[in-house]
Amino acid sequence: MRTILFILQKEFLQIFRNKGMLPIIFFLPLIQLLILAYAANYDIKNITVDIIDNDHSLWSERLTHKIFASGYFKYHGTPQNIPSAMEDIKDDRADMILVIPPDFEQNLIRKNKQEVQILINAINGMKAGIGSGYIQSILQDYNIRIRKEWMHATAVETQVSPQINVTDAYWYNPYMDYKQFMVPGILVVLVTMIGAFLSGMNIVREKETGTIDQLNVTPIRKVHFIIGKLMPFWIIAMAELAFGLVFSWWFFHLSYAGNIWLIFLFAGIYLIVMLGIGLLISTQTQTQQQAMFITWFFFVIFLLLSGLFTPVNSMPQWAQRITLFNPVAWFIKVIRMVLIKGSGFSDILPYLMIITLFALIINSIAILTYRKKS
Amino acid sequence: MIEVNNIRKTYGDTVALDAVTLSVGKGELFGLIGPDGAGKTSLFRILTTLLLPEGGSATVNHHDVVKDYKKIRKEAGYMPGNFSLYQDLSVEENLQFFASIFHTDIQTNFEIIRSIYEPLAPFKNRRAGALSGGMKQKLALCCSLIHNPPVLFLDEPTTGVDALSRQEFWETLHELKKKGVTILVSTPYMDEASLCDRIAMIQAGHLIGIGTPAEIISGFTKPLWSVSGMDIYRLLKDLQDFQQTDSCSLFGNNIHVTLKNGVADVSALKEYLLRKGHETASINPVAPVIEDCFIERMKE
Repeated sequence: MRTILFILQKEFLQIFRNKGMLPIIFFLPLIQLLILAYAANYDIKNITVDIIDNDHSLWSERLTHKIFASGYFKYHGTPQNIPSAMEDIKDDRADMILVIPPDFEQNLIRKNKQEVQILINAINGMKAGIGSGYIQSILQDYNIRIRKEWMHATAVETQVSPQINVTDAYWYNPYMDYKQFMVPGILVVLVTMIGAFLSGMNIVREKETGTIDQLNVTPIRKVHFIIGKLMPFWIIAMAELAFGLVFSWWFFHLSYAGNIWLIFLFAGIYLIVMLGIGLLISTQTQTQQQAMFITWFFFVIFLLLSGLFTPVNSMPQWAQRITLFNPVAWFIKVIRMVLIKGSGFSDILPYLMIITLFALIINSIAILTYRKKS
Repeated sequence: MIEVNNIRKTYGDTVALDAVTLSVGKGELFGLIGPDGAGKTSLFRILTTLLLPEGGSATVNHHDVVKDYKKIRKEAGYMPGNFSLYQDLSVEENLQFFASIFHTDIQTNFEIIRSIYEPLAPFKNRRAGALSGGMKQKLALCCSLIHNPPVLFLDEPTTGVDALSRQEFWETLHELKKKGVTILVSTPYMDEASLCDRIAMIQAGHLIGIGTPAEIISGFTKPLWSVSGMDIYRLLKDLQDFQQTDSCSLFGNNIHVTLKNGVADVSALKEYLLRKGHETASINPVAPVIEDCFIERMKE
């Protein structure tokens, strides 16, 4: 046991002395948190709308007013016709076109029926989906109000047929706050980077500098060596997670619904998986550069299939099946469950078991290959 | 102290060590001499349990290198060929670290490293990477001695070190020997052979001679001639072409030559050189050194 302490002491000395690693560990995560949380913003408040009002009536005016009063849409302009509005969409000046047909008012009154056309730029699928959802509910609301008003005005009119009214309520994140959703995921990325990247590189470094030869002709046991080399990153990653949670609470004013300690419990096991991956990669590589490239390769796949940017549920079946083997996806799911939804221990227990299984498998493979190679 | 019995090691088709057998007694300073790629490092790595032999057996301090590797790792001191300490740790931190992983501390065995550590002491807070070559080597030696090993493996410790530091280093080795440490040292420099108690000459994985430096030199029975002249390169070419030449090799500014059928007559050589236009060439008898023996045995 004391041997591990000596190695730990040496590792921390080296980490805090390494001018290249120190900023990676302590400075870049902060930058990443700030940049990603703000930049990758899917905020649906800023959907810019072009209105083509071919009617110019009181009723069309009311509809337009209602749309912009909602706060989700931003007025861009009133182009003359659809082609010139499409130009706006092409140049990304507008996200949506609302076309109000001529005789909007007349038909509405006479036929008691009217149609409007909505054209949405769907390059950003998420924005398009949420935007069209909002505008539909606004239109529906508008519809009901008109009917109510007319019922008073023309009492002879037959009673409005009862209809099912769909209202949306966004549970757990009522304001669809993007940061609330995104920041926990970014914290997972940070922890993953330290766990997998730096730990693998740290072991390979001993090979690269040849110090492993010197170490091997000492009574150090391999297990002690591995634990001593990996544990610093477990500690650093946990510290960084704690820092990230406090920082996000203080800076982004995030509220955490669940028990924070559950996150640390899960992260503790999750990191063992990541360190195992780092160890496995270190057994297959000779230089830090090789280790970095291989880790990068896996990291990108893990990340893109993690559900951080696109929901796992909207992936094709085969991709969803791959995410079952992606520890990053599990952690992102759990951290969102706990922090946003407030899930408790019994809710995340199945995930804890899955990640523990991962840890056992990965580390068994890693240790076996490590033994074989040396 | 070290017994090597019929050790064999190959890397693919390349034979690194073939039927290597040698024995190093307690307290001996034993040199393993051979050019780069001869198999010195492979033998060191087998003896320090970093590499498994394919055939044969070896023991270090009565521990088998395969079965009892853990005991060897506890006891032996090893200084690898390239500098293998932590460049980003200071002199003192390196020493402290290696002491602690051997479950000891710097003070306990300080006596054995005292004289080596003395010139390092002023730089104890300097990072190992910032030390000069000679200082690095001293530090590496200190670290491999900190647990007071009965046997010390030094893989090419003097490669890339200046002449003065080399001399100092050998003096240090003799001091260590006096303290009872068994030392196996490898070197590509033939002139260092005479500083060892006994040497083994290794070439392409084969031992081509073993014994005290004096024994090996006395095994060289042919008369040896040192030829010097103006145009040394043309001289060498012409000597190689001479029918009577058995071997000839460049040796500093001279060429060492042995002639066929033993004694032969030097006069024939003289005539030949005159005919080739080497009027200034001089031929003198010379006493053989280890390098001559090595070259001689390499041909066999």
